[in-house]
Amino acid sequence: MRRPVFAAFGTACVLLLQGCAGWQSALDPKGPAASELAWLIWFFTGLCALIWLLVMIALAAPLAMRSRTRSDPLVLDPGAEHRKARAVWTALGATTVILIGLTLLSFFANRTLAAIGSDAELTIRVTGHQWWWEVRYEDAQPSRILTTANEIHIPAGEPVRFIVTSTDVIHSFWVPTLAGKLDLIPGHENVLDLKADKPGVYRGQCAEFCGQQHANMSTLIVAEPRPVFDAWLNDQLRSAVAPVSAEASAGAALFLDRACVMCHKIGGTVAGGTVAPDLTHIASRQTLAAGTLTMSRGNLAAWIADPQGIKPGAHMPVVDLNGDELNAIVAYLEGLK
Amino acid sequence: MSSSDLTSERGLARQATPKGDLAPERDGPRDTGLDDATLHRWLERTWRTKPGIIGALSSVDHKVVARRYLVTAFVFLCLGGLNAVAMRIQLSGPQRGLIGPDLYNQLFTMHGVTMMFLFAVPIVQATGIYLVPLMVGTRNIAFPRLNAFSYWIYVSGGIFAWASFALSMAPDVGWFAYVPLSGPEFGPGKRADVWAQMITYTEVSSLAVAVATIVTVFKQRAPGMSLDKIPLYVWAMLVTSFVVVFAMPAVMITSTFLILDRLVGTHIFNPAEGGDALLFQHLFWFFGHPEVYIIFLPATGMVSSIIPAFARRPVFGHLGLVLSLIAVGFLSFGLWVHHMFATGLPKLGASFFTASSMMIAIPNGLQIFCWLATMWDGRPVIRTPLLFVFGFVFTFVIGGLTGVMVASVPLDLQVHDTYFVVAHFHYVLIGGSVFPLLGAAYFWLPKLTGRMMSERLGRWHFWMAFIGFNAAFFPMHLVGLWGMPRRVYTYPAELGWGNINLFITAGAAVFFLSFVLFTFNMLHGALRGAPAGNNPWDAGTLEWATTSPPPSYNFARIPVVTHAEPLWAEREALPVATGLRVDARELVISTVAEARPDIREKSATPSIWPLFAAIAVGATFLYSIFTPWAVVWGALPIAITLIGWFWPKGDPEDEE
Repeated sequence: MRRPVFAAFGTACVLLLQGCAGWQSALDPKGPAASELAWLIWFFTGLCALIWLLVMIALAAPLAMRSRTRSDPLVLDPGAEHRKARAVWTALGATTVILIGLTLLSFFANRTLAAIGSDAELTIRVTGHQWWWEVRYEDAQPSRILTTANEIHIPAGEPVRFIVTSTDVIHSFWVPTLAGKLDLIPGHENVLDLKADKPGVYRGQCAEFCGQQHANMSTLIVAEPRPVFDAWLNDQLRSAVAPVSAEASAGAALFLDRACVMCHKIGGTVAGGTVAPDLTHIASRQTLAAGTLTMSRGNLAAWIADPQGIKPGAHMPVVDLNGDELNAIVAYLEGLK
Repeated sequence: MSSSDLTSERGLARQATPKGDLAPERDGPRDTGLDDATLHRWLERTWRTKPGIIGALSSVDHKVVARRYLVTAFVFLCLGGLNAVAMRIQLSGPQRGLIGPDLYNQLFTMHGVTMMFLFAVPIVQATGIYLVPLMVGTRNIAFPRLNAFSYWIYVSGGIFAWASFALSMAPDVGWFAYVPLSGPEFGPGKRADVWAQMITYTEVSSLAVAVATIVTVFKQRAPGMSLDKIPLYVWAMLVTSFVVVFAMPAVMITSTFLILDRLVGTHIFNPAEGGDALLFQHLFWFFGHPEVYIIFLPATGMVSSIIPAFARRPVFGHLGLVLSLIAVGFLSFGLWVHHMFATGLPKLGASFFTASSMMIAIPNGLQIFCWLATMWDGRPVIRTPLLFVFGFVFTFVIGGLTGVMVASVPLDLQVHDTYFVVAHFHYVLIGGSVFPLLGAAYFWLPKLTGRMMSERLGRWHFWMAFIGFNAAFFPMHLVGLWGMPRRVYTYPAELGWGNINLFITAGAAVFFLSFVLFTFNMLHGALRGAPAGNNPWDAGTLEWATTSPPPSYNFARIPVVTHAEPLWAEREALPVATGLRVDARELVISTVAEARPDIREKSATPSIWPLFAAIAVGATFLYSIFTPWAVVWGALPIAITLIGWFWPKGDPEDEE
């Protein structure tokens, strides 16, 4: 009666496992920390599966035995009881040994993880907000401190140190293909070191429930070769480009005239708000609203026109704009490469 | 019927015979020498729940209170299950717009709160309220009025939470309601206050039941039921009750601190004013981890009761099982930090909690090995309760092993707060507790209703529940490893989680339908089932010695226990003790270790005051959501109801 169930279950598992490679999968590591962890996950899973199988055999064994006709349930065979006691003690001993082994294994894995970022040159401070990430590239020279949002560029092949904290509620910074998660807690500063082996784009997502838009609080880690990264950093440190078309100029004026200016910053203009993402180079980013939408003219317009429809509960208010005004602002933002 | 008279055996007669300083009216007719019919008439008149609404509301019969608890908890199970179904429909595909974030957040919070505080803990305690007095062979639970009070508090807390949900002001901060999200700054409205006070409500009730259970087990066991003869289920409830006593105050402190921050303006959790947000997590999980064992340990007791009945022998390793229960109870307080590995605690400290979390697998493993060894004597009798025990071992071992995985600090950093953890704790809680509870329902409901449930439907139910459960929850391990966090109301299509989530939703639907079948089987069994008789499974413990359903006084004469499985040891007739009064509610109080009969003690009579006291306490809690002054004004009606409750009745015993 149980066999078809096992078979169906097994088939389902195999089918599901084929989908392992995912953009945000812990089983598809792209850096040393995640590789160490993926290895650990597979090892634990294999060992646990083996133990589970043994327990299932022990559970199914009596089903294959003959049923007893003994009438008095209190009459037991002392020899059988003795053998059982031995089996239980052996199993208990094996359990203890395995658990000690696994404890040591995870202890040493933890040490390996801790060693990854010991020589990190680049320090990035990530501050969680409801529901976006403030990203600050630290530098000894104040003029070279870069503040951006949601998209984090790092040099590939180098360890990077992340100092994570929060100013509102608790969030958790998690890029599964690169490393395990770490909480962003107001009043605490946590340190996470990670490294991407190769250039690529790695998706991460807030892992600690942080309110209404917890689901739409993701980030992209863009790992680039060092020269590309340096060029990007220098580019980002520059002020926003001035609008070129007449429409974009009108948009710039509108931006400063309307509620936008209250919260957002655009470097080189009087817009200096810090409670919302920095828009100085917004058009250079791949996504909008912390990964909710891909960057495009249409999505920019949609987001500005109806933030509460796209990301209900987000702190971005609806700004009353007519069609022309909306187009103008979009034209302006679209130019902020 | 062999009988040993308490009066002669333990010299109780000395207390009862008028002795100068004692008023003679203390004594009344005893059960010694009464024939069965007369005895039944006397006891029924003394112990029955009075007819009428007032009578019903005043009842202090542990069986009546337990039945109410069970029905209420089952209703909350259905409501919590409906929450889950709604969430699964929303998650069945990427970017579905059925449920928005505001409602979704209320749904998963209510699901967690309902399942943990309104279903799981109450139902395991209710099963204990029903069974423990029967299993230890006494006539009522200790502190019966407190027990009745606990039910009223529980049900008012539950109604309060669900009324707030109906008004769309239910908590939306998750069942563990972390600050600062639930704090004054980021948790507007009254939602987090509802969470805080509802926790305090239900834990008051839980503590009351725990205290009553402990005293019942320690002081009211039938003569001869020494510590080594206590049934494992009773041991499990005893250990659970101690865990409740030590764990629940931690969460009540957490919820009270939270409401102080929100209502009075303290800054206990506010880092800007020298408070600490992490303090909340430490306090909460100091309760939260033992909570899992509060739900799981009673289930192990149920398993230890079901297996012997169908393996047709006493459980193997009785002492080992008792010691593992106690060990798990102790260790459960030493691993709360494994819920906080991602908070950036010092690495060495966190590693200590890896070790302690691994350690608790040892006594739990021992339990599994003992149960397996019990069944190795030959093919057991396969009935629905045992099927659920098989399902329990199958699923709980998976949950236990994934528990070992999340106990590892580095590994946990990848799976913490993902669907892997959702899968893990549903395997532990549904596999480890709900499956045994369902087995227990098939096993013990005939005792409650006097009628058997359908075996055929029971098997259908088992296979639907088993397949539905595994189909719903096993793939969650994978989707968690693929990066899906918990508590997201939607997810983008390009992450490739759509198909697997649809599969999960289909599994959840089968699992839900299995409960529809179960409900039908319960109702059908209770109304139309074959008569159960006293002992339908030929089991060995005392609850099977009385009729199904048991009379209001449980046992016509108090049994005397000579063996851990008394009904198997005394096939002819159970020895009984006599000498209790039949015109007043009298119990035998026995010594803690050896259960020698010590004294006769009055058991409280029915009273409406526990209900009034619960209303007063409930109103105070409810009002305190709006103003801290509620505690001051509420103290007045509470004091009045308590005075009514404890008003001396002029009983000579009270005057001593």
